[in-house]
Amino acid sequence: MGDDVGTKVRKVCSARDLVHLNGLKRIFRIMESNMVGAGCCQLDSQHSIRTSGNNPREVNGWAGVLLCSTSGPMAHSVRGDAPELPDFSLLKRLARDQLIYLLEQLPGRKDLFIEADLMSPLDRIANVTTLKQHDVDKLYKVEYKPIVSTSDQLCFLIRPRIQTVKWICDVVNADKAFGRFRRYKIIFSPQKFYACGNLLEEQGIFGDVTTDEWSFYLLPLDDDIISLELPEFFRDNFLEGDQRWVRTAGSALHLLHSVYGPFSKVYGIGRCSKMAYESWREQVEEGEQRARQAEIGNVFLIDRDVDLVTPLCSQVVYEGLVDDIFRIKCGCVEFGPEVTSSEKSIKVMLNSQDKVFNEIRNEHFSQVFGFLSQKARNLQTAYDKRSGMDIKQMKTFVSEELKGLKQEHRLLSLHIGASESMMKKKTKQDFQELLKTEHSLLEGFEIRECISYIEEHINRQVSMLESMRLLCLLSLTENGLLPKDYRSLKAQFLQSYGADHLLTFSNLKQLGLLVEQQPGETLTVMESRVGKLVNDKTAGKLTDAFSSLAKKSNFRALSRRLNLVPKSDEEYDLRVPRDMAYIFSGAYIPLSCKLIEQVLERDGWTGLEEVTRMLNGHEFAVTAGSNGSDARVKTDSQRIILVMFLGGCTFSEISALRFLGREKGLKFIVVTTAITNSARLLESMLDNHA
Amino acid sequence: MIRGKPDEDDYWNSSKFKAFTFDDEDDDFTRLKESKRAVNSIRSLVEEEDEEDDVEKVSWSGEPVGSISWSVKETASSIRSTGEVRDQSFPKIHTAPSLPKNSSGYSLSSLFKGKAKTGSFQSFSESFGDPSIRNYAPELRKPKSEYKDYVSDWTPEETVKRMQQGKVYSLEKFRSLQDKLLLLDEAVNAHDGNIITAVLIYLKKSLSKEILFRELITRETALRHYIHYLKEIGEQKLLVELFKSLDRTEDMALMQYRDHLNIRDENRRRDFLKNCLSLPFAPDDATHVQDHYTLLERQIIIEANDKQVESSGQADIFKKYPRKASILNMPIITTLYYSCFYHYGESDGTYSSPANIRKTFRISDKQFLLTCLGARAKLKAWFDVDALFTTKNWLGYTKKRSPIGFHRIVDILQKNNAPVQVLQDYINLVEDAEQKISLAQKYKCHDVIINTYRDLKDRQQLIVYRGKVERGSPEYRKIEEILSNSQIRWKN
Repeated sequence: MGDDVGTKVRKVCSARDLVHLNGLKRIFRIMESNMVGAGCCQLDSQHSIRTSGNNPREVNGWAGVLLCSTSGPMAHSVRGDAPELPDFSLLKRLARDQLIYLLEQLPGRKDLFIEADLMSPLDRIANVTTLKQHDVDKLYKVEYKPIVSTSDQLCFLIRPRIQTVKWICDVVNADKAFGRFRRYKIIFSPQKFYACGNLLEEQGIFGDVTTDEWSFYLLPLDDDIISLELPEFFRDNFLEGDQRWVRTAGSALHLLHSVYGPFSKVYGIGRCSKMAYESWREQVEEGEQRARQAEIGNVFLIDRDVDLVTPLCSQVVYEGLVDDIFRIKCGCVEFGPEVTSSEKSIKVMLNSQDKVFNEIRNEHFSQVFGFLSQKARNLQTAYDKRSGMDIKQMKTFVSEELKGLKQEHRLLSLHIGASESMMKKKTKQDFQELLKTEHSLLEGFEIRECISYIEEHINRQVSMLESMRLLCLLSLTENGLLPKDYRSLKAQFLQSYGADHLLTFSNLKQLGLLVEQQPGETLTVMESRVGKLVNDKTAGKLTDAFSSLAKKSNFRALSRRLNLVPKSDEEYDLRVPRDMAYIFSGAYIPLSCKLIEQVLERDGWTGLEEVTRMLNGHEFAVTAGSNGSDARVKTDSQRIILVMFLGGCTFSEISALRFLGREKGLKFIVVTTAITNSARLLESMLDNHA
Repeated sequence: MIRGKPDEDDYWNSSKFKAFTFDDEDDDFTRLKESKRAVNSIRSLVEEEDEEDDVEKVSWSGEPVGSISWSVKETASSIRSTGEVRDQSFPKIHTAPSLPKNSSGYSLSSLFKGKAKTGSFQSFSESFGDPSIRNYAPELRKPKSEYKDYVSDWTPEETVKRMQQGKVYSLEKFRSLQDKLLLLDEAVNAHDGNIITAVLIYLKKSLSKEILFRELITRETALRHYIHYLKEIGEQKLLVELFKSLDRTEDMALMQYRDHLNIRDENRRRDFLKNCLSLPFAPDDATHVQDHYTLLERQIIIEANDKQVESSGQADIFKKYPRKASILNMPIITTLYYSCFYHYGESDGTYSSPANIRKTFRISDKQFLLTCLGARAKLKAWFDVDALFTTKNWLGYTKKRSPIGFHRIVDILQKNNAPVQVLQDYINLVEDAEQKISLAQKYKCHDVIINTYRDLKDRQQLIVYRGKVERGSPEYRKIEEILSNSQIRWKN
């Protein structure tokens, strides 16, 4: 693709950085040996990272964390008056207390079976001791196999899934056939579904099993991130068209409103957002609104399918990159031997309590090395102070500073290890060229070259998900593929990765992630047609026409209208980001975040009519009815904005919102049905397994 | 406006007097107030008794959380100061899947003018843990003997609401088709998938499938819930019938095709795929399924043959590179790679030959070359690699050609640990001088770099490069030699 005018100089990582990093590692090794030498200093060998989960001090400990989180490393233009975030640890306590109560409903010793994907969330709010204290004897993971438990009482902590309930039915019926009597209890989290109850009834065990609900809607992952931990939301809602989680989302919002509200404004876009809003509003009407000072003033709801481009882009901000490569699970990442440079893997909590991480999480990857090496040098200086100290000074040093230094040292070496390992992986797979292709797609530049790049990617059987991701990006940005390209790329994809992916393609088409352009429909014609209902052969069916309309992404036109792709002839200084585009190396401002920025700026959707039309409408902006809202003073809560992503959001988007918050003196709280990224999103579309 | 106490408001919200507004005449108001008082006094009598009943009746509902919700309430109230009571209700917005309308900028005052519906007062902690008890006092006014009749009085709207709140409900009374459909539409309007599915389960049990299918055609949301439900509980047969009646034959075909994933035994899987061939796929998909079947059929043959050859120890290639996995169920390209690896040079008559696979599955030149190159390079068969690119022109001269850029070829060769000697040949074929040099530098092909600089007559770069190579090495000597060559007219 050469260095044409259109391509930008957007370096992510170069060989020089790698050299830089190696130098850093060397310094580190020297320092480490230094420390061993100073044997007398080894007072406290316990410098593990505290997980935020089961720490009794945590409830009080958040305030301190909040203070240091208000100033990021790039906060060159920090507004000193940014409001403080509410304390979300309460949500954890709430969930823990309710779980304990539910466990007590089955008195006596019992074995507990936990659904695999509930284990990490459970870990964040309770520990084994808590469970043991409430008569839980043995813990098992739900594995859909016959059980071996000898306990007289079985408790199942599960998601309301048919498959899991079916398994429980098998367990109970097997016991019955065996003449074995036990007591069973199913705790559904966050709620039960009628379909599950119906299955119990059909399998003849309704009544043998008691059921309960654990309303564990919200798990705070960090000071400003709350997750519903429902990754299936995306597929269920947007692919299957099943609205089972709408009320859940409404209830989650209701919980937040009850504890941290009352909200005064709600903005939103997307069908599901609208429905979730309605569900929440009904629940508010059914319940009592207690009068109190609001901690969160404004809410923004957004459907994931409003912006599918952003989550499909490669993440290059540190936290996002770590998620793309190592997969952060429930705020925790497992670094393998290649990172720890030892034999074992380490699980690390990644949140604002990790001071090193907190300073680099929102940084563009290319800036991370500089930061880490500066940090390493500072650390060296701090250690060096020891030389020339007398005994007394040394004593103070050891008791006051050493522990902190060691902690920092440990964190620093972990993140350096992680950076190094990520660099290696990325240089191996020609990351630079991949990014170039992505940027060209976003820009609408040299599309033919992009297509041949993707084709070769497929031909060489490089990662299936990457190929699929690029195909979807191509389709979303180009409003579908030309029929000829679609056919040929699909055929090659199936040849390279297996014919079973026919099913995947059907799903991608259904969702509008990867579609064929309607014959004879050029981009401009398409644009002029937007807003017209009937553009399909299936015009007779209103719903069909509607859903096919929803499939058009109109990315190019949206991008122009909202200036999502900055002018390409300017250099973008990643050290001093000027807008949210920095999270994608200056190539693209995430559509989702741009919408949020625009709506907040305009206090509604006025002036964005064309944009919302291209996004298929469903936008809203509502104000709480209040007598004399004009007279209300602007409180801090008005500058705290809760953004709820229905269908998941990425770490890059969170970084972008943090940036926006710093620029505007706002604080964003991200509530998401799950943290997502391109791999998770696409994996949820796969159907090629039994 | 008069604000009632919490429990009074309950009454107003859920009683039949919903349409009543406080602005009505005083007369009515006094009368109502009296009856309300009366009702309230009854309620206190009925409530206790019925609460017990509830526990049995409310079989599918949440249970009160008691102490925890209490403790939560305590914490919630202790950590914040109270402010003035405001009307915090939000306006309703239109959520039906209609076309985009300009719906921004609502304000409650404009929408809710004069509508005196206040939220029933239930604290957060109660609604959190205790959905069942307090709210249905109004329904319990009637004596117990009449209770059952009263239950059947619930409208579709009330029924859906009760289901959402996990209260007692009954679907039995929705017997006429019209009632059933009203109930379904009400569930859809409530945007609660859980309830929509619950109603559909009831309809599935109480309607013939023909009638249900017919009604679902015009109800897209309900239909999608139904399809998802059937998928989850694995009612394949019914789904097939549904898709048929909807004329969604392609979906039906794909769904049936999906079943092959559940078949482990390769012969049975192959037979299943063969049966799939007659399904009404979209034209393109039909080709892919045909390919899938053909592929598996051949893989079975190749696998049986190679397994036998491998175990008998007849062929060197299997001894030298034992097979790591069976070729069954692998994609076409993997099969091609396998064939280029183990069956290179076989005549196109055999199923296992690369040429045959290439022809059968219409593999493009580019794709074939890439795969073949990978396999032969892995085996370090550099002669075969060369042959892939060599073409003869009519004069008998040979020339190297490639459908993909040679820089890519270099890349693939390098990943397969090709020696510098081989790499060099291909780097030399890269046309762009700059790209050539950067590749050569990356893979340390000194000769290529030196020669390129010489050809470019770039003395300066050559001198710079001399500084990078080891003094006295052959490369060094070569540079010296060139630099001292007076024949070259340097450009700098």
